[in-house]
Amino acid sequence: MATSGPRASSSLTLISDAVCARCGCACDDIELVVESNRVREARNACSMGAEWFLASPEAGLPKALIGGREASLDAAVAEAGRILSEARFPLVHGLANATCEAQRVAVSIADRIGACLDTAMPLHRGLSGMAFQGVGEIHCSLGEVKNRADLVIFWGCDPGRTHPRHGERYSIGAKGLFTPLGRQSRRIAHVDLHPDSSGLNPDLFVPVEPGKDFEALWTLRALLRGHEIPAGACPGAPLEALRALAEAMKGSRFGVLFLGAGTSTAADSHMVVDAALAMALDLNRKSRFYVSPMRAGGNPAGADNVVTWQTGYPFGVHLGRGYPRFNPGEFSTEEVLSRGEADAALVVAADPASELNPAARKHLAAIGVVALDYGETETTRSARVSFMLAPYGLATPGTIYRMDDVSLPARPAVRSAYPPAEEVLRGIARAVGALP
Amino acid sequence: MTLTRIRGGTVHDPANNRDGVVMDLWFRDGLMVEGPGPGESPSRTYDASGLVVMPGGVDMHCHIAGPKVNLARKMRPEDHRDAAPVRRTPITRSGTAGSVPSTFATGYLYAGLGYTTAVDAAIPPLAARHTHEEFHDTPILDKAFLILMGNNYYALKAISEGEYERARAFAGWLLESSRAYGIKVVNPGGVEAWKSGWNNIHSLDEEVPHLPVTPRMILRGLAQASMDLGLPHPVHIHCNNLGLPGNAATTIGTMEALEGRRAHLAHIQFHSYGGEVSDQASFRSDVPRLAEWINSHPEVSVDVGQVLFGSTTSMTGDGPLGYFLHQVTGRKWTSADTEMEAGCGIVPIVYKEKSFVHALQWAIGLEWYLLVKDPWRVGMSTDHPNGASFVAYPELVALLMDRGYRRDVLNRVHPRVRERSILQDLDREYTLQEIAIISRAGPARLLGLSTKGHLGVGADADITIYNSDRDRRRMFELPRMVFKAGELVVDRGEIRAESRGLTWHVRPGYDDGVLPDIRRWFESYYTIRFRNYPVDDSCLSGGGAVSPCDGGKRNP
Ligand code: SF4
Ligand SMILES: [Zn+2]
Repeated sequence: MATSGPRASSSLTLISDAVCARCGCACDDIELVVESNRVREARNACSMGAEWFLASPEAGLPKALIGGREASLDAAVAEAGRILSEARFPLVHGLANATCEAQRVAVSIADRIGACLDTAMPLHRGLSGMAFQGVGEIHCSLGEVKNRADLVIFWGCDPGRTHPRHGERYSIGAKGLFTPLGRQSRRIAHVDLHPDSSGLNPDLFVPVEPGKDFEALWTLRALLRGHEIPAGACPGAPLEALRALAEAMKGSRFGVLFLGAGTSTAADSHMVVDAALAMALDLNRKSRFYVSPMRAGGNPAGADNVVTWQTGYPFGVHLGRGYPRFNPGEFSTEEVLSRGEADAALVVAADPASELNPAARKHLAAIGVVALDYGETETTRSARVSFMLAPYGLATPGTIYRMDDVSLPARPAVRSAYPPAEEVLRGIARAVGALP
Repeated sequence: MTLTRIRGGTVHDPANNRDGVVMDLWFRDGLMVEGPGPGESPSRTYDASGLVVMPGGVDMHCHIAGPKVNLARKMRPEDHRDAAPVRRTPITRSGTAGSVPSTFATGYLYAGLGYTTAVDAAIPPLAARHTHEEFHDTPILDKAFLILMGNNYYALKAISEGEYERARAFAGWLLESSRAYGIKVVNPGGVEAWKSGWNNIHSLDEEVPHLPVTPRMILRGLAQASMDLGLPHPVHIHCNNLGLPGNAATTIGTMEALEGRRAHLAHIQFHSYGGEVSDQASFRSDVPRLAEWINSHPEVSVDVGQVLFGSTTSMTGDGPLGYFLHQVTGRKWTSADTEMEAGCGIVPIVYKEKSFVHALQWAIGLEWYLLVKDPWRVGMSTDHPNGASFVAYPELVALLMDRGYRRDVLNRVHPRVRERSILQDLDREYTLQEIAIISRAGPARLLGLSTKGHLGVGADADITIYNSDRDRRRMFELPRMVFKAGELVVDRGEIRAESRGLTWHVRPGYDDGVLPDIRRWFESYYTIRFRNYPVDDSCLSGGGAVSPCDGGKRNP
């Protein structure tokens, strides 16, 4: 298996228009200064992004381990193939931190071995999945926000903290066709537990008590519909502030609500999305209004898209009967492991061994795990077979989806000693007899 | 290398004037060839005696890939669940069916019906990369897509400023950058009006609120650009006012606005209504008037967008239409707008026999097939999945070939349909040859795909062999054999090989003097870098194939 990325050189090279996959913004205007196969500088990137590009590559770790011992790639691929082919109830988990090309191969493996396939963290699931299947989605690309939005509401998220360049590129200061003055062309509202600490400087702030987003949204919707709301009817948020927000929404021609996970729990995020979408439906009678999830970094939008086009469902898909079945509760990684059902797992760039509930972790520790990741994790350390990967985007080409489903080509800048995920997965796919 | 023979089939190859001729066909390396040279004998022979042989089917207007389709898949788990599952086999992938099948399932289901080429009719260029990725995972079929341009801000602006040359060069650049096949216009100007917070545009001379450009100007500009770029397929139009009573006037107006330029009008059924806009009850068919217009204007072609009864998903690049449908149906609604380029709306829908409007739409579609005299200019389509899924094509064939069956259904549906359409008076029955025209030879010719839709020497060896069966639905539901590029891909309904299929696109060239201006524009108003926008050949399914820009003249 070959390594990937451009040729080494001791002189400086400049890679322009590189894509940062650190947060869901997927800024694609990064200029990387590369010297001796190391990124020295990541121009245009925010500090979070720069950290991602400049992180020291994994070094010294073996490319592959079997039972904690160094092994050749070929032997590890063969062992991974054996574990997955022999499993009666295999699990394929992760994917959100890989290119679409790697994701496509991972789904083909899941299909061949009849795995239960899950990509989503519980939070992400609420924001982009189930509610959406109930009501629909009212969504636009971030360029529409930049060009047209005269009102932007950040609900349960503080972009300055989690998506540093979101405001400058898309939603706050961004200047566009109908927003020539940038920040002055639009009103910014922030709805959250606490005022932001990142210099958001909103025109309106609505404090919401923990777990009261649904009530606040429902009250807002009622206000927009012209209902009189008696004082005290909305316990979670001050009525006056909601009234001011409703007025701003009525006066807007093109509004966007970015929904984060800030104040709601995974359990009620579904209802929150529902309420936001119902409100957007009302508003679209007279003007445009959109609701977009503030998705996290990596390539979760790519995983959603790939799993959907290959199986028809976005996550929580069970292929054990030879065709895709969807039941996100029943077929989530955490549920399956907690019930003690799976007998092997392929984990692609995720760390369930440190993220899941104790029951799930316990079962995971007892089964044959094949783990691929960009560095050591709890999961790779305890896996039966593990692979170290070339960092995607930085050292491998491939496709990455921005949080709004716009897809971008990664521009690798360095060579890695490790193989790309796509290549390792292709090896495993061959070993289990998956179709190319 | 191997020479293969299809022996003794009854061949319907309209482009080569073979109408039920019993003959042998030969192919080698995926292409149709003359018979064997002296001393040569076929290494493989398939016996087709007693069987009907046609070119592989060509669907010229469907929605099978890209962001809109994928959102619809995600939005409708119940629709997948209700459909029979597509199981994996040793040589095929699993998938889900229903009105919006998963990618692999789409390839298998089309091939299973004898189709070997399908064109997605509405892709925002910004989503080209995504669409090509899905095409990679859509096996067997040759594929292509049309890009949405009727609400592309740059194009509209150039046209509004009277800079036709710039609009044309931009179109050339956009087609090349996205590796697309042709230009689609959806509700010209209306989607841009909607996206900027207004409602819609309802007449050909109404200006987009903030741009001095009208649907008439957009239509003319893009029709002319398609011709001047020599595109194999002319501009592909979804008119303003889709679905509204009285919209036939807009449709006639659209055709007149073209002033003799070549054009294709998509899913014309949805644009053929008489009556008053404000009154759903006044709905009636206006097909005779429109069909007469088509009969006397050879430069214009249509596909029908047939409605067939059952549950499906409406999806459109027409954002305001999506919202309108949501208001009418009260079902869930998805919309997704793309910067500078396009809109989109998705709504589940059930077409019911007892619904007056639905039954009338069904009848109007059939009137179109029966009233246009030249079948070469009527593409068979359901506007999959808008009027029905493509898997309902055999039902449509049965309705066209059997007037008795047609009458039975007509007598069952909402009774007022018999007053508001002339379907009951139409006795015409399609012949097998005419079916071969509207489902493969005609669409291939209209698309300018010169190696598709026929079985002459040099054509792609895409061949469908049917049992000869008086039950036309059964006959077309289960072809006996399907060959794609000379490979046996379906045998009695079983997928036998999973080839990739090619993505067809055009390279019309353009005056690169416009590039600096496009780039300036792009860097001001898009949110991705100019260099990250174009896709390259490595994105194309099967490496891709280029259809020459000679204005479709090479068609057989
Ligand atoms: S905003 Fe996000 S994508 Fe952009 S540079 Fe910062 S971390 Fe990277
Ligand atoms: Zn269509």
